[in-house]
Amino acid sequence: MGEKVLMKGNEAVAEAAIRAGCRLYFAYPITPQSELIEYMAKMMPKVNGTFVQAESEVSAINMVYGASGCGRRVMTSSSSPGISLKQEGISYIAGANLPAVIVNVQRGGPGLGDIQPAQGDYFQATKGGGHGDYRNIVLAPSTVQEFADMAGLAFDLADKYRNPVMILSDGLLGQMMEPVEFKPQKTKEELEELDRQHYEWCMYPNEDEPNHHHHEINSLEIDPLVLEKHVEKLSEKYDEIEAKEKRFEKYNIEADNEVLVVAFGTSARIAKSAIDELKEEGKSVGLIRPITVWPYPYEAISEAMTDKVKKVVVMELNLGQMIEDVKLAVNGKLPVEFLGKVGGILFTPEEAKAKILENL
Amino acid sequence: MKVIAERPKSLTDLQFTYCPGCMHGVAHRLIAEAMDELDMRNNMMGVAPVGCSVFAYKFFDCDMAEAAHGRAPALATGMKRARPDMHVFTYQGDGDLAAIGTAEIIHAANRGEHITVFFVNNAIYGMTGGQMAPTTVPGMKTTTSPYGRDENDIGYPIQACELLATLRAPYFIERVSLLSPQEILKAKKTVYKAMKFNKEERGFTFIEFVSTCPTNWGVTPAEASNWARENMLPYFPIGNFRDKSKEEGEAK
Ligand SMILES: Cc1ncc(C[n+]2csc(CCOP(=O)(O)OP(=O)(O)O)c2C)c(N)n1
Ligand code: SF4
Ligand SMILES: [Mg+2]
Repeated sequence: MGEKVLMKGNEAVAEAAIRAGCRLYFAYPITPQSELIEYMAKMMPKVNGTFVQAESEVSAINMVYGASGCGRRVMTSSSSPGISLKQEGISYIAGANLPAVIVNVQRGGPGLGDIQPAQGDYFQATKGGGHGDYRNIVLAPSTVQEFADMAGLAFDLADKYRNPVMILSDGLLGQMMEPVEFKPQKTKEELEELDRQHYEWCMYPNEDEPNHHHHEINSLEIDPLVLEKHVEKLSEKYDEIEAKEKRFEKYNIEADNEVLVVAFGTSARIAKSAIDELKEEGKSVGLIRPITVWPYPYEAISEAMTDKVKKVVVMELNLGQMIEDVKLAVNGKLPVEFLGKVGGILFTPEEAKAKILENL
Repeated sequence: MKVIAERPKSLTDLQFTYCPGCMHGVAHRLIAEAMDELDMRNNMMGVAPVGCSVFAYKFFDCDMAEAAHGRAPALATGMKRARPDMHVFTYQGDGDLAAIGTAEIIHAANRGEHITVFFVNNAIYGMTGGQMAPTTVPGMKTTTSPYGRDENDIGYPIQACELLATLRAPYFIERVSLLSPQEILKAKKTVYKAMKFNKEERGFTFIEFVSTCPTNWGVTPAEASNWARENMLPYFPIGNFRDKSKEEGEAK
């Protein structure tokens, strides 16, 4: 494997996407994700790829829709306000059973908000976001390395389930530099094989149907009974994803844990520092870090609620969004406390530690 | 049966869902005939709009995508960039192209995307039951301009060809009409020309069809043609607005 390089998260995820076979990227500039679009602008021409700076996020996601309908690995990225604009397209992509990778480098909201790291788009990302019944697979990185690794994972999951996959990062992960090690670039043969895997459903005549090709890329089913079947099929797919794709990290989960912390992404990084310090002081606190925030690893939380755990503490950079999923997992068996920060401000390890101590 | 009644290969055998006398079917046929004549069907991908022609993705017998309202030029951009060896067209109504999709069409044209856009201007929102369109002419009554379009309140109709002709990139822009058999024959030649330019990868090509919607205008098809001639053509003059093949000295 390659050596470690020091890189910003925004650039690392772009590089990893290219290595995973992404050759089309459409986006619109917005802080704090601009290094990502700039990296793509610089690198795509060097790999014979396509970079288009779209006229809006609405157009960018619809370019993704078109390119994905042609069976190719395609990505877009933005930050919170731009992700709101992409919701129309994401709903169509989900409805049409198409793969696509969308990176959200979250910033403070609502509205224009600010340009600092936040986790206020959790509801939007995990509960739907656009209109209709659909789900995105949502991956939440907490280091630059993981952010980069998730690019390849996101494309694989998107292809496997023909479903949009969102990487839900934030302005801290996008902007900070950490050492990263990349997977090797997919070879030409591997890229062609990826292409071929989509021929069955995508627009593009191929050797199997050389003379006449009529594939439809579409989310419209005007007959209610047909739409009902279509949405039921989507639902079966979501069930399968829930059964197979839940991912989480257990950190310091021990039989003597007295408090269980649940946090994702940047919040989990800060929580870990607090947990380490408490450990040195002889206090046992465990952390469940959901890596997929949809599908949500409810069972991981309920299983970590061993006899000695007195309280569950949720930490997020918002007013309390994931806490609703944690409460579903806890199911009223323990008190659930909350530490949150808004405005694009991070809570400190000391604040995290104090919150845990309050509940020990 | 007369030969002219033969269905082009580039159309499926599905029955059109259009009202009697609707020009969408005519426009479909002209496009399909050009696809047949230029042998483009096997390398063609089209994008259907949201509007009465929403089912165009079932009617054209080539690869087809169904866009969100107004976004067809963005899809087409993604499709052409993803598969540069394919030919791509969009088919759009006036609400789709000149209202909700204004940004998409202007920027696709401005980038000079190698696609052909077919724009069916019937001065109304047909599908949703006859609301005012960006191309509804002053004084024209619709369900959302019940007292007639007041240009001082809501502006004049948008002239898509003229607007796009302010951009440098487009290769070919022409407005044709579908109001009589003679005009349809002329339109057929223009469609063929634009599709040929598409096949030859010349650049962005755009055709506006001045069309009708007898159903929502509340008139017969014959009356609709006369009405369009008198009321639409003054705002939407027939003619060529850009032909770079001439600038390139094609005729020599
Ligand atoms: C986002 C969105 N807004 C509104 C609609 C409702 N809608 C469907 S078709 C249409 C207007 C179509 O008019 P036009 O493009 O002129 O096509 P026509 O039916 O006249 O051929 C509207 C407003 C929609 N489908 N999606
Ligand atoms: S409503 Fe108008 S545009 Fe729509 S099919 Fe009928 S005549 Fe054609
Ligand atoms: Mg119309």
